[in-house]
Amino acid sequence: MALPASGRDFGVYIHVPFCSVRCGYCDFNTYAPGELAGASPAGYVDAALEEMAMARRVMVGDPRAASTVFFGGGTPTMLEPAALARLLDGVRETWGLAPGAEVTTEANPDSVGGSALAALAQAGFTRVSLGMQSVVPHVLRTLDRTHRPENVVRAVAGAKEAGLATSVDLIYGTPGESLDDWRASVDAALALGPDHVSAYALVIEPGTKMGARLRRGEVSTVDPDVQAEMYEAADSAFTDAGYSWYEVSNWARTPADACRHNLGYWRGQDWWGIGPGAHSYLEPRGGAARRWWNVRHPRAYAERIGGGESPEEGGEDLTDEQRYVERVMLGIRLADGLPVSDLRPAGRARLADLGRDGLIETARAVQDAAIVLTRRGRLLADAVIRELAWG
Amino acid sequence: MTSDPRIEPASTLPSAIRNFCIIAHIDHGKSTLADRMLGLTGVVSSRDMRAQYLDRMDIERERGITIKSQAVRLPWAVGGEPFALNMIDTPGHVDFTYEVSRSLAACEGAVLLVDAAQGIEAQTLANLYLAMENDLRVVPVLNKIDLPAAEPDRHAAELAGLVGCDPDDVMRVSGKTGDGVKELLDRIVRDVPAPIGDPKAPTRAIIFDSVYDTYRGVVTYVRVVDGHLSPREKIVMMSTRATHELLEIGVISPEPVATKGLGVGEVGYLITGVKDVRQSRVGDTVTNASHPAKAPIGAVRDPRPMVFSGLFPLDGSDFPLLRDALDRLKLNDAALVYEPENSVALGFGFRCGYLGLLHLEIVRERLEREFGLDLISTAPNVVYRVTTDDGKEMIVTNPSEFPGGKIAEVREPVVRATILSPSEFIGTVMELCQQRRGTMGSMNYLSSDRVELHYTLPLAEIVFDFFDQLKSRTRGYASLDYEPSGEEAAALVKVDILLQGEAVDAFSAVVHKDAAYAYGLRMTAKLRELIPRQQFEVPIQAAIGARIIARETIRALRKDVLAKCYGGDISRKRKLLEKQKEGKKRMKTIGRVEVPQEAFIAALSTSDEGSDKGEKKK
Repeated sequence: MALPASGRDFGVYIHVPFCSVRCGYCDFNTYAPGELAGASPAGYVDAALEEMAMARRVMVGDPRAASTVFFGGGTPTMLEPAALARLLDGVRETWGLAPGAEVTTEANPDSVGGSALAALAQAGFTRVSLGMQSVVPHVLRTLDRTHRPENVVRAVAGAKEAGLATSVDLIYGTPGESLDDWRASVDAALALGPDHVSAYALVIEPGTKMGARLRRGEVSTVDPDVQAEMYEAADSAFTDAGYSWYEVSNWARTPADACRHNLGYWRGQDWWGIGPGAHSYLEPRGGAARRWWNVRHPRAYAERIGGGESPEEGGEDLTDEQRYVERVMLGIRLADGLPVSDLRPAGRARLADLGRDGLIETARAVQDAAIVLTRRGRLLADAVIRELAWG
Repeated sequence: MTSDPRIEPASTLPSAIRNFCIIAHIDHGKSTLADRMLGLTGVVSSRDMRAQYLDRMDIERERGITIKSQAVRLPWAVGGEPFALNMIDTPGHVDFTYEVSRSLAACEGAVLLVDAAQGIEAQTLANLYLAMENDLRVVPVLNKIDLPAAEPDRHAAELAGLVGCDPDDVMRVSGKTGDGVKELLDRIVRDVPAPIGDPKAPTRAIIFDSVYDTYRGVVTYVRVVDGHLSPREKIVMMSTRATHELLEIGVISPEPVATKGLGVGEVGYLITGVKDVRQSRVGDTVTNASHPAKAPIGAVRDPRPMVFSGLFPLDGSDFPLLRDALDRLKLNDAALVYEPENSVALGFGFRCGYLGLLHLEIVRERLEREFGLDLISTAPNVVYRVTTDDGKEMIVTNPSEFPGGKIAEVREPVVRATILSPSEFIGTVMELCQQRRGTMGSMNYLSSDRVELHYTLPLAEIVFDFFDQLKSRTRGYASLDYEPSGEEAAALVKVDILLQGEAVDAFSAVVHKDAAYAYGLRMTAKLRELIPRQQFEVPIQAAIGARIIARETIRALRKDVLAKCYGGDISRKRKLLEKQKEGKKRMKTIGRVEVPQEAFIAALSTSDEGSDKGEKKK
C-alpha cells in the first residue's frame, strides 16, 4: 500500500450522508435528521478530517496530489459553505490539490443560494452538479422532490455568476411519466445552458419506499421499451443542442466539460472515498488492486474514527479476472471506447456479431481499434459487456 | 406352510390344485380382495398384514395398481378335502396385455372382479374376452357391495350378460369387510377346473413372469404343464436354448419357500442365478436339459416398444447417473429399450421405447424416485415406417430423424380401441374419435345405458392426450382399452420449429397434415411467450420442409444497461454481471439464441391445453 503509483490519477470522493428528507426512490447512503441516531453534521466534518489524516498515513510515500475532488451525497449543501470549505482544506493539507484540479459538489437547487455559491467558488470549488430530475410537477411529486423548478433556474444562473461550471441531473422513467413529460424536462434542462448534463433511468430498488409502492401496485414501472425511447429522445435533443455523449448517461458541451472525477472511475484510476459508506480503490504499482468501503451509518463511522479505528467495513483484493471484467464493464461505457487490445480472444471473437447487430461501431473498431457503443449498443451495454467479458 | 401332506408342494395331485387369476380394473379392489384371501387362508397372520401385501413396489402401492404379477399358493379346504389354490396376480393395464395373456395361460379360471358401484371398465372387458378366448372358467364377482353407491343388481345383470350366466350366479363380496370371500374361495374350488397334464411326459413349464431381485438375481415364475421340475436339475429355455442349473425352486406363500420341486399344474418360482430378466423371457417354455420336450407351449413374443420419448437429465452432469439408472431398471424390465440421444435443446439423454404411456410414466417415476434424478421428457411419439420416393424404407423412432425430401408413403401404427361409455356421451365420444382420425367399427349396448364402441385409431392420437380428453368429456365415466392392430398409411408430415432459422430438435413433431398448421401456430406462440427477448430480433417459425407455415417474432430487447455506474457501484455491478453469467450457463444456445431450460420444459408440457393432468395419473 505504501508504494507510489505514478502515472495514475488520484481523486478524492467525499460522501456527505445528510438529506432534509429521504426521497421515495432513493437507496443511497443518506440519512434524514430523524435517522441520525445522535450523529451530527458537525461531528461528521471532524470525523471526515480525521479519516483524511488516517489516509495520509496509509498512503505515506505516495506523492500524488488530488487531480479531482467530488462531494457527493446525500446533499453536500446541507453543510454550510464554511464546513465544505474546511473539508476541501483538509484535502489540500492531506494530499494537496493538483494544478487545475476539478472540485465538484452536488447541490440541491433549494439549498444553494447565490451567496453560498459564491462562497464555494471562493473556497476553491470549480463545478456544481444540480439535482434537477424533472420539471414536470407530477413527476417531481412521485419522486418526492420538494424543489421548485424555478429554483433550478436561479441556481444555475447563480453558479454561472460565481464562475462555477454547471451540470444538471435528470431522471427518466418515473412511474406516470410520459414521453412528452420527459421531452419537456430535457428541453428545460437545455434552456438552462449548462456545461454538462446527466440523464439516468430510474431504478426502483426493492428496499425503498417506492419499491414498496410498486409491490403494492400503487405505482407501475415505465415499460423498458419506452425508457429506451426516452433515452433516444434525450440523446437526440442533447446532440442537436451541441452536447456530445462521453459516457452512457453523460453529455458535455466540450471534452473539457466532461466530469474528470467520474472519468477516473471509468478509466480505473485511484481514489480515496472519505465518509460513511464511501468506497475507495487503490492499485499500487506491484501491489494488489484493492477496493474497500466504510461502515455506512454516520454514527458508526464517527465512533470508529473517534476510537482511532479504521472506518473500513469490508473490502476485496481483486483477482486478475475481476479486474478484467471491471475494465471491460467500465471502459465500454465511454465514448472513447475500450481498446480492442484490452480484450481477451473470447471477447474479440464476439466483435463481428456485435457489429452486425448494430451494437458497436464497426468503423471505429477497424480504424481506431476501439470498441465504441452505438446508441442502440449504449442501451444494451450490459448485454455487450457479458459478451465481451466472457464470450 | 401347511401340515397336510396331501397338498405338500411337489407332491400335490393336480386334482387338488386350482389355478386362477383375478381380472379387475384399477381401483376395483383386487389387491384388497387378495389381502383378504391371504388372511382367510392363514398364509399371512393379521399381525403381518399390511395393506396390499402383494404389491411390492412403492409406486404400485401408492397408485394402487399392480405392475408385476406374482403367484401365491393358498391352502383351502372344502368339505374336509384340502386344496392348493394358486392365485396369479395379473397386471391390469393396457400396456401389459402380453403379460396378462401369459398369466392367463397359467390359469384354468379367472375371477372377474367388478366394482359394484362403477360397473365393468373397458380394460377389464378386454381382459375378460382374452380369458374367454383362453377357455378360462370365469367366476363373476361384484366387489365393494358395502359401498352406499353400490348397484349390485344392475351390474350383476351386466356381468351375467357378458359372461353368459344367470345374474344370481354373480357373487357379491366386499374385500374390505370380508363379506362373501369365504364363499368365493369355495366357489373357486368348485367351479375352476383342476389342471390337466402328463406327469410322465418331458417337462414343460411356462414362464409367466420374471423379476429381478438384488440379492437372488432373476426370480422366474412358472406354471408346470407336464412333467416335473426338481432342484439342481439342468433346465433349458426353449426359445434361446440357454441351459441353466436350477439353484432353487419353490412356491410363494406369500414369502418364497424352497420346495422339493414342482409337479403338474403347480405354480412357483425358479432361481438360476441369471442377472437379467431378458434371459428368462415371459412366454418361454422351460424344459429338462437331458430329456427336453419336443415343442414349446407357445411362441415367445418379444415385447415391442410402441411409444418413444427422449429422456434428459435437467442437470447435464447427471447423464452418467441416468445411464446407470436405466441399466439397473432394464434388469427388471424386459420391455424397456433405450439408446443415447444428443439434443441441441436438451443436451445428452436417451431415446427410450416403452410399451405404452403408463409404462413410460412408471419408468420415469422410478428413475426420479429411486435414483433421485430430475428429468425432462419430450412429447411421446410412435414408430413410423417411411418409404422415400427412391424406394428406401426406414423406421423412424425420433421425429427429428424423419427424412426430408420426397416421401412416397408413411405408415403409422393403429390400434383397435374399445371404449365403454354411458350412452348419454356417445355423441361426444364419437366426435372425439372422429377428430382423432378414428374409423368406427361396431357398437354394442352392454345394458340400456352403457355402450361399447369399437374404433380403429392411430396410436399417435392416443399417445397425445386422447385418454385425458375422453375422461374430461365424459366426466370421467368412459374407459378405454386398445390393442395394436397393425399399420396404416397416413398423410403425415414432419413439422420443424425453427429459432432464427435453426431447427429445435426437441420440438420436431410428426403430425397429420391437417393438424400441422395448428401445431405450428401453437408451438410458435408458446415459444414466443417463453423465450426471453434477445439483443436481436428472433423469428420463430414452424416449417414443413422448406415451407414456412407459421411465424412469430420475438422483438429485440431495447434496454439492458444500468444507468449509473460510479465508484460505489462498481463491486455490486460486477457481481451482478457475474451472476448473470452463471445464469447464462444454464441457458441452451440455439444458433445465437439463448433459451432458458425452463422455457423448453414449459413448451414441452401439454398441461395447459385443456387436459386435466390429474387424470393422467389414473
